[in-house]
Parts: sequence; structure tokens; C-alpha cells
Amino acid sequence: MTNTINLTINNKKVSGSKNDTIMEVAKRNNIIIPSLCYLEGVHQIGSCRICVVEVEGAKTLQASCTVKAREGMVVHTNTEKVKKARKLLYELMLSDHPQDCLSCSRNQSCELQKLGELIGVSMPRFHGEKSKSCIDDKSPSIVRDMSKCILCRRCVTVCNDIQGVGVLNAQNRGFMTTVSPAADLPLDSVNCTYCGQCTTVCPVGALQEKDSIKAVWDALFDKNRRVVVQTAPAVRAALGEEFGYEPGTLVTGKMASALKEMGFDDVFDTNFAADLTIMEEGSELLARLADAFSGKEAVLPMVTSCSPGWIKYVEHTWPDELDHLSSCKSPHVMLGALIKSYYAHKLGIDPESLFVVSVMPCTAKKYEITRPELANGGLANVDAVLTTRELARMIKDSGIDFRSLEDAEFDNPLGLSTGAADIFGTSGGVMEAALRTVYEIVTGRELPFEKLHVTPIVGLEQIKTAELLIENPLEDFLFLDGVTLKIAVTSGLSGAARLMREVADGISPYHFIEVMGCPGGCISGGGQPRLTDDSVRQKRMEAIYREDEGKTLRKSHDNPSVTKLYEDFLGSPLGHRSHELLHTTYTPRGIYNEAVK
Amino acid sequence: MNTQTKTCTCKTESEHEKLERIEEVIEEYKDKEGSLIQILHMAQGIYGYLPLKVQQFIAERINKPLSEVSGVVTFYSYFSTMPKGKNTIRVCLGTACYVRGGKKIIERLKEILEVDVGATTQDGRFTLEVMRCIGACGLAPAITINDKVYKQVNPDKLRSILDQY
Repeated sequence: MTNTINLTINNKKVSGSKNDTIMEVAKRNNIIIPSLCYLEGVHQIGSCRICVVEVEGAKTLQASCTVKAREGMVVHTNTEKVKKARKLLYELMLSDHPQDCLSCSRNQSCELQKLGELIGVSMPRFHGEKSKSCIDDKSPSIVRDMSKCILCRRCVTVCNDIQGVGVLNAQNRGFMTTVSPAADLPLDSVNCTYCGQCTTVCPVGALQEKDSIKAVWDALFDKNRRVVVQTAPAVRAALGEEFGYEPGTLVTGKMASALKEMGFDDVFDTNFAADLTIMEEGSELLARLADAFSGKEAVLPMVTSCSPGWIKYVEHTWPDELDHLSSCKSPHVMLGALIKSYYAHKLGIDPESLFVVSVMPCTAKKYEITRPELANGGLANVDAVLTTRELARMIKDSGIDFRSLEDAEFDNPLGLSTGAADIFGTSGGVMEAALRTVYEIVTGRELPFEKLHVTPIVGLEQIKTAELLIENPLEDFLFLDGVTLKIAVTSGLSGAARLMREVADGISPYHFIEVMGCPGGCISGGGQPRLTDDSVRQKRMEAIYREDEGKTLRKSHDNPSVTKLYEDFLGSPLGHRSHELLHTTYTPRGIYNEAVK
Repeated sequence: MNTQTKTCTCKTESEHEKLERIEEVIEEYKDKEGSLIQILHMAQGIYGYLPLKVQQFIAERINKPLSEVSGVVTFYSYFSTMPKGKNTIRVCLGTACYVRGGKKIIERLKEILEVDVGATTQDGRFTLEVMRCIGACGLAPAITINDKVYKQVNPDKLRSILDQY
């Protein structure tokens, strides 16, 4: 009980815990203090000062997001002085902002705009010089427009403290301050991973994904194009939020239905390729393990390669460790390659007339498709990537009443997937999916976990580990008899850095590591609906596991369409055709891009 | 400031030697919390200025993001990312110097040197800078040239001061 403190806020007796800030105590007692830069648990540095309150006995107004509540404190959040200060702060912020709301893509989803409405400021009072700015749209993933930046520094916090990448920081001073890479370099000339976490926390339109909507509409309107779309596992667990559904609502059927109404010729599922990835990546792991346990040279641990932000991060930070990465292309790129080969052949059409669109929870995927090695026969595997947010905008723009749509199914032959593919969207999912298949291939028995969930690697912790003893394997895998398979799972690049440090030092105890570049995995990727906290992540994750458990087929090797694909077209996992279409190589870059060229 | 004049041999040392000496400074300071400013200060003394490649050199060795190093360099007007002249003139524009005519000194120096604040004369002899209070308010208006402080500067006497350099 010693941890409880009692104070007064707005003449109301309230209590809180010793380490709570005034803001936290207020919130718990249903008192809302307007704020802007504050992001619970992530960014609490009081940079915008909008949350100021009056504390009796204090000389000046206090930022309630940073000042700790104390026993006996008397706080007022709504006095004339506070209201005046709040408005003034807001007006000053507005005085160096373009106020081009109508043409801004954050119109109606902008936190600055919402705050103005809340505190009753609609017309700017101060007019004067505005910060000069140029738009940095050189990267394929993220556009920076610093004229809109309000210097809240949320992006600096996520880039440095959460992701540990640190390409963004405040540069210069006073009126000249901008948040940007060193020396105001554009994002494409520094070690930005394009994870896009900055775009998910930016309260205004200063950091956004690069627009692909126009390119997709152009393709849809082009009568000579057959436009094929595919959707990533995590999109269906979050898209609904853009249409007023509670986080964690699955909208798989409505999403497929909307895509058909929008005029896509084929609506395929990236999940199909996730099952395929397990066949290829699982086989790759077994091949590496076979070498390792038969005295041959083998590079272990093997690390997953589905997350393009993660891949770029390794290429910059550990260019000497690239052979630890699985050579598998990411699932949507695999599917793109198959659409333009297997499917084009099936249709009897020229692959050049196909336009492949991937709907992804990710901004780094926009960059990924521009990688020259992700092409076959001179054609890029995927032509455009839309984020979940962009798809929502397109659906609204199409005049589709999303909530009243009937469910539809994905199209065949590249639409069927197992539950193992669904869980690719959340941290721990790729590993679990791989284990479901690898364990069964090796032992002939089902993975010995309740409901097939490898519980130690389920959840939002930064690093999760598990061990799996292999006993009585089938004859082909006797080399694994008695081996304890050690695995690790991490999401967010800070955790990945910790695991990679061990790999680089040669002391990693693991055989297989799953890395997803964003905290929690793709469910909270850089392209997902905005303002994701752990409660939203948790709900999206639960939705993903629900989708998995709702399927009759839960193991990738049970997907009949994948089996048929191998029979009809690919041959066997890691075979010649797979190698050509489904696998790739990596480029050492160096932290300052010095290794490129 | 004195250490800086002593370490500044930027005109005679080779690039390699300068970087080696910066490396020594980094080795000495890198494990101390909050030593970035000190490292940058000494590195500028050795190299003369702090171009991006020197910032990278430092960032890599102290294991901090380049954006953070650059953020500090661009925040403090003391640090320069451009090469400096042989002598650096710093005019104090702190409150005391400002009210006692610091601005007039700036204007006159701009005329004499034919450069703007922050720039270096064509012959490379002088760089003109502004400081916000050098802590010599009793001597206002004050300027420094390299490490020497000139007190109660009369704009009409600036030419004769400059002639000494």
C-alpha cells in the first residue's frame, strides 16, 4: 500500500501509484488532459508542452506527461491559465505549419487537426516566416515533408530507442531545427531500413508511405492489363480498424470481396506463398542441419528472410553475416514470381501484360520490389505494393460500403492456404509454421504442442526462445536423433541486433532464428492502421491465431494446392525451378552504404 | 581553448595523421558518459572542421548513430562543417555585448572582410563567427580572435587589430 499516493486533480480526490505521471493518474481517473506528442509507454519527453497543467505551489505550468504525481499534490488541468497556454502553444505550432489540410493525405486522420478541434482553435492567429523545407521523396518507401513536422520527436524515439536504427534525429537549432538523417541527407542515402515505424507514430503528414495508389488505379483502368492482387496475412487482422471495427476483427472475406469489386482480375492470397515458403525454408533448414550434424561445413543459425526491413538492416549492419539468412524470397515476392510464370503459362498469356499488386502491412515491401535481384526474365516479380492504410483509402474512394459487404473467397489456384500461413503475420508465427512441418517431416509425428502452438514463442516479448528434442526420427533423419533443436524468435530491430551480435561473435546457441523487423511482427508493421499499442497488437495477434485455428488444414505441407504446384511445375523444394523463382541473394551495404558498388 | 591551439596543426599534418590523433582522443573518451561534445571539440581542433566523413569516423568508433553526432554538430554554433580560415574571429552577441554595440562590430567586420557571418575570406585568413555570450560581459563589447579576447572593442580600431594576424 506504500506505493499508493493520494492527490487532488480538479478538486477531485484521486489516487495513483508512486511512479505515475500526473497524466497517468488523470487518465486512470477518467480525466482527459489534451496531449499531442505523448505516446504511452513509448514517447514521454514533454516536447510539445500541450499537456501542461497547473500544480499548486509550482512556479510554472508543468508538462503532465513527464512530471511525476506526488502525495498531496493539487493539480488543475482546466484553469484559464492552462487553457490560454495550451491554445497559445497550439497556435505557435500552427504558425510554422503549412495548414494545407485539404490536400494533405492525413486530412481527418491528423492528430494536430483533431487537437485543434478539441481545444477550439480553428483559425491561425500568428502569421510569419515558415521553416523552409524540401520534400524527401527519394526513397521507394517513405516520404518526408518536414514543412509539416511539428518536432514532436516521436519518430526519433521509435527510430532510435525502439528500433535501434537511429537514422532520424533533430538537426540544427531553433527555427532551423528539422528531424532528419545526418547532414539532411535523403533517406535513400543512409542506413534507413524503411521499416516505416516512424510513419505509424507521426501525428501529422510529415512522414508517410510513398503513394502507390495512383499506379494501381492506372493499372486497373488499363484494359490491356490483367491486374492480380494478393494480401499478406496481417492485413486481414487490421484492415477492419480503418472501417470502424474493433482491433482484432478479422475481415478476410470482406477484404476479398472489396478487392473483387474494385476490379482486380484475380484475388490471390500471399498466405499460399507462406505455405510454399515453409516448404522451401524448412527444406533449407534441414539441408543445413544435415550438413552440420554430418561433420560438413554449415552456416547456422539460419535466420528467416521474410521481412525486408530486417534484410536491409542486416545488409547495412552485418554485411559479413549474410549467409546466415535463408535464401528464400519473401512470400509475396515468391507469389509474384509464380504469377508471372506458372499462372501466366496456365492462362496462356504474356507475363508482361500482368500487373501484380501486393497489399502489405509494410512500407519496406515497397522498397523490396525495387531490388534488382527480385526479378525473373527481366520482369519485376511484383509491380506495386499498397500498405493496409492505402488499401483502406482505395476502398473508400471506390464507393464501397465495406461493412455491408458479403464475404468472398480468394481465387484459385493461388488462394488456398493452411493455418500455418496465417500465423506468418505475427511474431513467432513463421517459426511455429516451420516447426509444424519440419518436425513432422523428420519424425513422422505431429508437433507435440497443444493446438500445435509452440507456447514459449507466442506473445509480444522482444526475444523468445524454445528447445525441441528430436527423438526416434525417420530413417532419412537419423542424424538428428537426440538433437535438441534450439530456436529463437524476435521482433523489432533492437532485439534482432542482440541476437545478431551473438551470431557475429560466433557464440549464438541457436539453430534457427525468426526475425520480424517491427515490434510484434507484421501485425504492427509500418503500413498498418495508425497508433498501435500493445493492447492493439495483442488483439491483432489473437485474431491471427483465431484464423489459424479456424482452418481444417493447419500445416503447410498439407496444402493440396502447394502439393499440386510442386507436381505440376516446381518439381521439389530447393529444386532447379524453385531455386530460380523462389530464392534470392543479398547485398552487403555497410552502415554508410560504403560497401555498395 | 588553449588545448585547442596546441593541438591545431591542421595545416601541417597529413589526413592520416589527423585521423589517427582523433582516434586517440576517441579511445581516451569513448567509455565516459556524455563525452561526445568533448570528442567533437578536440576533433575539430585537430582536423580544423568537422566534415561528414569525420563525423562518420567518430560515430562508428563511439558506436552512436551518425544522425546523433550530426545533430550535436549542427546544434552548437561552435562546430563547423566547413573548412575554417587561418584565424577565427568570434564576435560576442550576448546581451551585454549586444547592447554595447556588438552588432556594429559585426557590420564593420563584414564590410572589412567582405564576408557574411559563418563564412571565410577568399584568402583564407579569417572566418567570421558569432557567439552568444563568451562570459566576458564586464568587457563588453568583446570579440575573440582564435584564443585571444579583445575587450571594449571600438569598431574604428578593428583594422589595426586585424593587421596583427
